[in-house]
Amino acid sequence: MSTIFGIPAPAFYGQLLIGLINGSFYALLSLGLAVIFGLLRVINFAHGAQYMLGAFAAYLLLGYAGIGYWPSLILAPLIVGVTAVVIERTMLSRLYNLDPLYGLLLTFGLALILEGVFRYWFGAAGQPYSPPSQLTGAVNLGFMFMPIYRGWVVVASLIICLSTWLLIEKTRLGAYLRAATENATLVQAFGVNVPRLLTLTYGLGAALAAVAGVLAAPIYQVSPLMGSNLIIIVFAVVVVGGMGSILGAIVTGYMLGVLEGLTKVFYPEASSIVIFVIMAIVLLIRPAGLFGREE
Amino acid sequence: MTVETQYLSAQPKLRATTTVLGAIAIAALLVAPFVVYPIFLMSVLCFALFACAFNLLIGYVGLLSFGHATFFGGAAYFTAHAVKVWGWEPLSGILLGAAGAAALGFVVGFLAIRRQGIYFAMITLALGQMFAFICLQVPFTHGEDGIQGVPRGHLLGFIDLNEPLAMYYVTLAIFLFGFFAIWRIVNSPFGNILKAIRENERRAVSLGYRVDRYKLGAFVMSAALAGLAGGTKAIVFQFATLTDVQWQMSGEVILMTLLGGIGTLVGPAIGAGLVLALQNYLAASDFPVTVLIGIIFVVCVLLFRRGIAGEVMEFFKTRFNRST
Repeated sequence: MSTIFGIPAPAFYGQLLIGLINGSFYALLSLGLAVIFGLLRVINFAHGAQYMLGAFAAYLLLGYAGIGYWPSLILAPLIVGVTAVVIERTMLSRLYNLDPLYGLLLTFGLALILEGVFRYWFGAAGQPYSPPSQLTGAVNLGFMFMPIYRGWVVVASLIICLSTWLLIEKTRLGAYLRAATENATLVQAFGVNVPRLLTLTYGLGAALAAVAGVLAAPIYQVSPLMGSNLIIIVFAVVVVGGMGSILGAIVTGYMLGVLEGLTKVFYPEASSIVIFVIMAIVLLIRPAGLFGREE
Repeated sequence: MTVETQYLSAQPKLRATTTVLGAIAIAALLVAPFVVYPIFLMSVLCFALFACAFNLLIGYVGLLSFGHATFFGGAAYFTAHAVKVWGWEPLSGILLGAAGAAALGFVVGFLAIRRQGIYFAMITLALGQMFAFICLQVPFTHGEDGIQGVPRGHLLGFIDLNEPLAMYYVTLAIFLFGFFAIWRIVNSPFGNILKAIRENERRAVSLGYRVDRYKLGAFVMSAALAGLAGGTKAIVFQFATLTDVQWQMSGEVILMTLLGGIGTLVGPAIGAGLVLALQNYLAASDFPVTVLIGIIFVVCVLLFRRGIAGEVMEFFKTRFNRST
């Protein structure tokens, strides 16, 4: 049997794939956080809860309305996006001229409420959600067997990340968004409805989290606590990458996911803390983050 | 977070009032165990000290630490281990816990003060989570079980802490010591520089202060005092578990401080009492506690940012100003 650095090849590739998948979720979530932070200057602590909400939306749509995976991939983010818009209009928008820490505390409170309510209804145990029939089974890549659904997750998240990047860098809406990030007052003076832009951005960020949630539902189980542990790791990813650049958030997400997967191969005991250790090292060497600017 | 500074000590009339109120509060705490269940009171005192220590950072330096459970829970593990496995006397065990928390605070603070504001909060949260993972894996914390059955022992060799009243008064003494320490720090020249950093960090730098050292100093002090609270809690409840090091605990201490009043001396203690009383009350019903905690967070942030003590002080301040 072939080995890589003394590790059996299938185990190595298997962990690499798991790393890529985790990295996909880190990238999707830190991308949403960066988009929201860029414009609203709010760290969205509810991001993990919105990810969980996306997964539960898909689960409930299937259970109560018989709506399958593919429509859910559109519907769940839409539902979560709308709730996020309501949250932004009724609560977050009151805090913009205060210290940004209040935004963090408010969204933290919202995350606790959402998590608590779903835990009350569904218990802490996970609910199974099966992948769509088109994506079941595995394919032989020659060096390993890859479950088709996992390959799909990597591809889908790459597509979503890239199209979000294109939306922000190459379209007129994205140009408004970037301009408002630089100087909101000036953009408002040019006649752009900045408050609406803020609302839209928060909705978009939350919808991204919900997409990630739907993608995750068949891989991990749908559970009320799936978001809160993930979001703390994503915070570390964001600190490593720096929130200055969208592309930086995406690249850092995948990179740390893969590094975490590789740690599982070579030194499994450290795999749960490796991202935090990398964060500490980056803070020592380059406090602004790999892609960040000093503010 | 900008919080109005207290001017109490500058005004003689108000100073007399606070002295009287303080004396009444201490008298009430002395007779309290004859009225209220002592174990509950002791947990309130431990969490009140924890919240006051946390408030030293958020209220007086403007740093939001989202990882203070590390110092509280970490100290609980150190104390429990020293007392149970090494057979240390309880007070030295508690002091070891505080010293360990200070050491952890030095490491976490050293890393976290390299970034400001919102990043500071995220870094402390992430490092706190890392510490929780480490606690889950290293052998001396006994993973999911925690350290159980810590003996209370004899304080300084002759005060039997298995007596509930003795334990209560020792806890009260530790709380008062910690509270007094925080009061001294806040009202010292060092504390004034901390407040200057909170109000305008750049100006403090331009005045020649090495801001990072002051921040780190305040962080270590806050961690040590949180550790004092955590170590005491380990002796009172006779165990140390993962619950105390996880991020939910960091969130709880933020809530206590926010509810009581950020940047007020007594506010966090009031907040701690209220949150614990609510949890105690809800423990009998099946209403999920996290939901209630979340709701209080949202309400406090939206409507009630000064907290209870802050609102009361604001009320008296406007009345005081009107009467003079």
